[in-house]
Amino acid sequence: MKIHEYQAKELFKKFGMLVPEGDVATTPEQVGQIADKIGKPVMVKSQVHVGGRGKAGGIKYAENAHAAWEISKQIFGMDIKGCTVRKVLVTEAVDIASESYIGIIIDRAAKKPVIMVSPAGGVDIEEVAAKTPEKIFKMHVDPMLGLQNYQALTLGSFLFKDMKMARLAADFIKKLYITFMHVDGSLAEVNPLITTPDGQMWAIDAKINIDDNGLFRRPEIEAMRDPEEEDKYETQAKNAGLSFVKLDGSIGCIVNGAGLAMATMDTVKHFGAEPANFLDIGGSSNPEKVVNAMNIILADPNVKAILFNIFGGITRCDDVANGIVTAVKQLNPPVPIVVRLTGTNEEAGREILQEVDITATSSMEEVVKRAIELAA
Amino acid sequence: MAIFVSKKTKVVVQGITGRDGSFHAKQMLDYGTNVVAGVTPGKGGEKFEGVPVFNTVDEAVKEAKANTSIIFVPPKFSVDAIYEAVDAGIELVVCITEGVPAIDMLKVYAYVKQKGARLIGPNCPGVISPGLSKVGIMPAPIHKKGKVGVVSRSGTLTYEVVYALTNKGIGQSSVVGIGGDPIIGTNFIDCLEAFNEDSGTDAIVMIGEIGGTDEEEAAKYIKKYVKKPVVSFIAGRTAPPGKRMGHAGAIISGGTGTAADKIKALNKVGIPVADLPSGIADLMEEALAKLKKKAAKKKAKKSTTKKKAAKKTTKKKTAKKKR
Repeated sequence: MKIHEYQAKELFKKFGMLVPEGDVATTPEQVGQIADKIGKPVMVKSQVHVGGRGKAGGIKYAENAHAAWEISKQIFGMDIKGCTVRKVLVTEAVDIASESYIGIIIDRAAKKPVIMVSPAGGVDIEEVAAKTPEKIFKMHVDPMLGLQNYQALTLGSFLFKDMKMARLAADFIKKLYITFMHVDGSLAEVNPLITTPDGQMWAIDAKINIDDNGLFRRPEIEAMRDPEEEDKYETQAKNAGLSFVKLDGSIGCIVNGAGLAMATMDTVKHFGAEPANFLDIGGSSNPEKVVNAMNIILADPNVKAILFNIFGGITRCDDVANGIVTAVKQLNPPVPIVVRLTGTNEEAGREILQEVDITATSSMEEVVKRAIELAA
Repeated sequence: MAIFVSKKTKVVVQGITGRDGSFHAKQMLDYGTNVVAGVTPGKGGEKFEGVPVFNTVDEAVKEAKANTSIIFVPPKFSVDAIYEAVDAGIELVVCITEGVPAIDMLKVYAYVKQKGARLIGPNCPGVISPGLSKVGIMPAPIHKKGKVGVVSRSGTLTYEVVYALTNKGIGQSSVVGIGGDPIIGTNFIDCLEAFNEDSGTDAIVMIGEIGGTDEEEAAKYIKKYVKKPVVSFIAGRTAPPGKRMGHAGAIISGGTGTAADKIKALNKVGIPVADLPSGIADLMEEALAKLKKKAAKKKAKKSTTKKKAAKKTTKKKTAKKKR
């Protein structure tokens, strides 16, 4: 799950990291009020779940409250990579002496958290990694022991020659690591971490991504979810226990299992068409799940045919067949439906489907080809 | 022969009285798996389908001599269940549960390794050695005993590939689903190593998907160490970047983890990658045919030095003994 910059900054503050004063606003009037309260020049920063906000013109400087109010009118409603700006963060503009980068992710291969720092902050870190890799320093943390003081100081010293500043950075890194572990992070990033001319250290930007698997024990993080930032149908699917990703093609896919669902999309593409979605109905599929899945797919006007690819294991083919019959009767779908059933209770499933005149095949390739034919 | 599970496998089912645990315990028993115990705290002393239920894994090990565990408990409790199994001396832990936090898995991985045990999963379908033992949730009838090892990050996609192999008459030595999470106990390389050393495996199928760099690492390993033919399939060619495709581990991030990268890495070391899941069976048929030719050549060479008839009879004898 992604959270907004202002939410990440709230977490930073909670764990003792310095962030500039500020607040979130949903109207230009609120922007003016917040800027007035700050009483200094401010930054008006769009809050959307995508990167590259600055480049897109979604982050602007304002001299005073009136200017902030004016500028925010341009930012609200702006489209940044498909996301509409509904919220902005109004925050004190600080003088910058230096910009660095700190990031923490889980290194899948090493099976350890890895902390990355770079004195080349404020720019796209992937670009730094590609062009000047010597400007990035990485250190793995033993998950059993946690981050050690010497490690934090080694990282801090890579950023600053001055020992006082290096210690300050080390302290920041330790706090960021604690935050990362505490929120079940999959990424925690400060870009840039800045120093002011008078020697203070602030997080000017903040990014935290959360491991969805950790959310069950982090209700305070779950509460930060912004449904407006998430695809309406993806949220609807999630609530129905389905895993769904919208794509641009015309072949709707309903599959059990994530790997098979991806392979089904690939097969659609292989035979010259485009999948409309990724949809995994999961292990045990009760009929209701199938109805929900079909509802979500039918909401997409691009869909010209729906294919079911079911390989029964825990999932029973008869359960899915019952779901298809219910869905067809309830929703009366305007597009053709083709079905593949193999595995547990396949025969029973086939028989059930006769009721709505659907003949199930047992080949994945066949069902894909058939769907493409009917969609054309 | 096979890897990880065999006739010596004695299974304890953690969470045997739950919905999934009870269903699959019964399925495993029906398959002939030696399920010796179940564990559900508070239900010790009961029986499930004739199998004794204990309060702790420790009791299951001491009293029923369990050496392998399969975990069906919810994500909240599964980390504890893994620690309990490993601490009780279980050698192989198969964790079916989906939804275990990655940060917990970092610690679990380190601990299991330190204890010298093996963890498969989490979020996996388990392991089956056809005809010997099934420690997992896969539909048994699609499998056929044979000499091809299968390793995969997915569940139902593995079934699809196994189904295609079996339909072509190609049997399997063992099929291992290593799981779809970013942090898993056993990875491709561990399985490749085991298959490479297993005398009952002639060739290997590796089924990968988008996310991470495990397939790329595996390609390097195969080039260096694996002497048996390997064929592959990678799911997710059409997956958009930045989106989690069902599996927690299946996400293309920062331009890495794409199917194209993985296919390139595999092709580079001479591993053919099928366009479609069913194509795996065709590639494997070719690989096995080549292997047969090679063996025939070797045999022909040998038989010129030894007497043909004598060799045939000794071979027959050993074959009978094995049965």
